[in-house]
Amino acid sequence: MTNDNTRSLTDRLDAINEFDREPVTQERLQGRGDFIGLYSGEHVAGTEFVIGPLFVAHGVTGSDLILGLLLGNLLAVLSWAFICAPIAVSTRLNLYWKLRKIVGPKLLFVYNIVNALMFCFLAGAMISVAATAVGIPFGIDMPGLSDLYPNSIGWVLTVLAVGGVVTVLAILGFKQIARFSKVAAPWMFLVFVACGIAVLPQLGITSLGDFWAVADQKIWTGAPLEGRSQFTFWHITFFAWFANMAMHIGMADMTILRYAKNWKYGFFSAFGMYLGHFVAWIASGILVALAIQNSGEIAPGPIAYLGAGIAGLAAVVIAGWTTANPTIYRAGLAMQTITPNWKRWKVTLAVGVMTSITALFPALMMRLLDFVALYGLLLMPMGAVIFADFWLLPKLGLRQDYAEWKQVVFSFPAAGAWGLTLAACWGINVIWGLEIFFLGLPGWFIATAIYVSLSFFQQRNSAPESLNHPSREVA
Amino acid sequence: MKNLLKIGSALGLGLTVIPSVLVFSGTLSWDTHATLMAIGALLWFATAPFWLLKDEPVETD
Repeated sequence: MTNDNTRSLTDRLDAINEFDREPVTQERLQGRGDFIGLYSGEHVAGTEFVIGPLFVAHGVTGSDLILGLLLGNLLAVLSWAFICAPIAVSTRLNLYWKLRKIVGPKLLFVYNIVNALMFCFLAGAMISVAATAVGIPFGIDMPGLSDLYPNSIGWVLTVLAVGGVVTVLAILGFKQIARFSKVAAPWMFLVFVACGIAVLPQLGITSLGDFWAVADQKIWTGAPLEGRSQFTFWHITFFAWFANMAMHIGMADMTILRYAKNWKYGFFSAFGMYLGHFVAWIASGILVALAIQNSGEIAPGPIAYLGAGIAGLAAVVIAGWTTANPTIYRAGLAMQTITPNWKRWKVTLAVGVMTSITALFPALMMRLLDFVALYGLLLMPMGAVIFADFWLLPKLGLRQDYAEWKQVVFSFPAAGAWGLTLAACWGINVIWGLEIFFLGLPGWFIATAIYVSLSFFQQRNSAPESLNHPSREVA
Repeated sequence: MKNLLKIGSALGLGLTVIPSVLVFSGTLSWDTHATLMAIGALLWFATAPFWLLKDEPVETD
């Protein structure tokens, strides 16, 4: 039911997304090259300098890493192609407008806030990554793998300086930087490759035939560092699959894939997965092995310097900057729903300050694997809701987009699916000890089942004739 | 002009990755590799934006 407050909230949300409420038209669809470039650029980021080393710290073996990444990335690509892309090209709507039809504006408001907070933390990690490179010329001590809090005044000042620059640039020229990041992507990928190759002789690998023998002894040794849990093939598989859970089964990439000419464009995510989440993670793992061998600092800046000198530092700064910038911008968009009377620059400034403060804590960077898993898990249930609403409800004789049809402002089936799924995942973690990296799989099925069940309950009193003619939107 | 820019970009990417292979094969020092990578970066960013960017990028928001 609607009232004045609800209309006000709805207006505020809609105003922010006013240019995105219509389905994408045929003439605005994008070609293959755009998607290859977009996915390649988005998944060769500053955080790749952290994830590869963390796999080494968790004591994964070389064979588990390679096979786990091959399988996990394949599952991620299939999730984009078979779960996200078909709905994106059928509706041609972004996540915001599709979700609004299903869950109602008030629940969407809550989702937006959670999303914005996650974006802030993610951008904070990226600023931390960039700061590890900026601090090197000034001789600033970098946080170690086990550091959770700021370790020096120098670190605090460096992070605040980097955060300040990123925030100002996000305010002044988001679109230009988004374009710049597309230019940086191919170069950045080659920097990862070059770093990995150039340090091999220092690890004792002078021919391809030596690689696996030495890698087992010095890089992916199978022995975790102190304070780190042991990672197996399954950890790597599930982490690679769910590293972008919010994007594929969480459906956030509907926003991008709605521009695809057909659903098969979802397979172009393979360029991001196998360049960024395979080659770059392996390369950064090799770099950190050299840092451990030399008893040097284990942070993105120092390890990139080991591989490529000044160019490596530049890559870390650019990678952190170009990925933190749109993340802050998106968080600002989401946050603007809370502060509708603020100008966009004020919201972005507030988000930038919050992000810079979170970036002071190296825990975010050094525990990135856990954070990435949590981020995806928190947002995934809404993706399952969209999937169930689009494919399953019509087959069961239930109406799609029920909130829009009935003018419901807060869909209890969707809220129930979200909250109960997270509670169930927490329970599975506590009772059976299943680690966070694996929870997305049972969580998706739980969310789907709960949403379908509660939708039955919600719609049981609706007029049968209206339910028998669900309105699937096809562009 | 556009072709010249593309050649410059290709050279920039070449200088980014080829020296590392030469370090691996033992024919180039690490220091020279690092210097060439820095030159490659400058070359890439000085040339690529002028031909790589299109007018209508995919919207992501």
